[in-house]
Amino acid sequence: MSDLYNEKVMDHFTNPRNVGVMKDADGVGEVGNPTCGDIMKLFIKVDKKNGEEVLSDITFQTLGCGAAIATSSYVTEMAKGMKLADAEKITNDAVAKELGGLPPIKMHCSNLAASALREAIKDYRSKS
Amino acid sequence: MIYFDHAATTPVKQEVKKAMDPYFSDKWGNPSSIYGLGREAREAMCEARQTIMGILGAERPSEIIFTSGATESNNLALKGVAEAAAFEIGGPPHIIVSAIEHHCVLDTAKHLESSFGAEVTYLSVNEEGLVNPLDVEKAIKDNTVLVSVMLGNNEMGAIEPVKEISGVIKGEREKREKKGDKTPLYFHTDAVQAFAFMPVKVDELGVDMLSLTAHKFYGPKGVGLLYVRTGTKFAPQQKGGAQEKGRRAGTENVPYIVGMAKAMEMAEKNREAYSKKVGELTDYLVKRVKEIPKIELIGPKNKEKRLPHIANFLFKGVEGESILINLDMLGFAASSGSACTSGSLEPSHVTKAMGYSDLEAHGTVRFSLGELNKRSDIDELMKHLPGIIEKLRAMSPIKE
Repeated sequence: MSDLYNEKVMDHFTNPRNVGVMKDADGVGEVGNPTCGDIMKLFIKVDKKNGEEVLSDITFQTLGCGAAIATSSYVTEMAKGMKLADAEKITNDAVAKELGGLPPIKMHCSNLAASALREAIKDYRSKS
Repeated sequence: MIYFDHAATTPVKQEVKKAMDPYFSDKWGNPSSIYGLGREAREAMCEARQTIMGILGAERPSEIIFTSGATESNNLALKGVAEAAAFEIGGPPHIIVSAIEHHCVLDTAKHLESSFGAEVTYLSVNEEGLVNPLDVEKAIKDNTVLVSVMLGNNEMGAIEPVKEISGVIKGEREKREKKGDKTPLYFHTDAVQAFAFMPVKVDELGVDMLSLTAHKFYGPKGVGLLYVRTGTKFAPQQKGGAQEKGRRAGTENVPYIVGMAKAMEMAEKNREAYSKKVGELTDYLVKRVKEIPKIELIGPKNKEKRLPHIANFLFKGVEGESILINLDMLGFAASSGSACTSGSLEPSHVTKAMGYSDLEAHGTVRFSLGELNKRSDIDELMKHLPGIIEKLRAMSPIKE
């Protein structure tokens, strides 16, 4: 089972970063597919630095398999501190690639963390 | 490692290994050969077949067809009957299978539907995973040639009402006979998970075909059998030599056949004590796991209707694979759904057939107990499982 995922994925699965609800989030994004058993929720905090919007904090909650949890954790690390415009460009494939790859079967359903981030940014923009 | 996955496979017993050993490099002849070495192999196979006949209550040696395991046996039963019947009735045959069969039955049925023009009814089950024999009766049509319902389910252990279904089938056969209708109607059961725990006698069960595989009862992998009652018309699916009376061509796997017979003999002898021991362990497991909040034991509520080695729990708000990986890291082996579907994204078809939602179906973990387990294994598991569930639930956006 554990050889299903590489070391980096396992690290994020066993010690997920930035887990939890953010009470005063500026944007929330939820994606998922009950058929695949994965639901992800991302919370973002946006600050303005030198006139640019920056992701100052990100947290997540995920119900799902190893890949779903690891990609959620990883995207929060990847995007934290990024300019909103750059964070928006992160793709699901890029997350999987940076994590050193995911089993092909997991690429479709469980690799949605970047989509959740984009949804959260969209939510923030719709409010501001 | 603590092994809670006996429904996936079991280790080969030393006695079984010992029985097999001479047939690799000492008595290695081809059972079809005429000379002494071949005769030796043939005799061993003959003896194995006699042993198995006795255990299953078969009437003739030709009723036991050795195969590579239950997948082949189930493929052979469904395809063999459908093909022979289509020829006989001159139109598309109709087959009835339960919705909770193993994939090797369901996918064969689907194949017959899409590539062979067969009609297939997938029988629904109730929320406990049990087939209603009345539903079988309702599903039977003029062109129904085969009903296949498993004896014990591999995911949640439901013991299906095979004897009652057999009664329904006998009634239908009598009706056809009175009408002078010669359309055959056979009953097949997959007894793979049940064999180690309940008597499997073909006449008592009232089945025409029955599948077994050795590795579920401490025999080797890669060998199984299909019981076929004399008079059952089926078209062989593997062509070649005259082995198994031409119904399954290919040189017989002598050492493994000998091993399977030995394993069956031992399982038959130990059945009562083994069932009792495993049943008590499972009871204890269920009692302990129920200490965790928001869980449900799925399958029949009445213990009598459940195989004693399987306990499948639904952990609400958690995904099965995450639990399994955490358990694996701590040295516990369990599985979600059936071993064959772990690593697939589809939620278990069995759990879904019982009416659970996709998300719920993803939250199930099966523990299956056996020879390798003792009470302290369960205590050890319970030192870790509640924490794993708590951690994963804390991470989940779904709170219910």
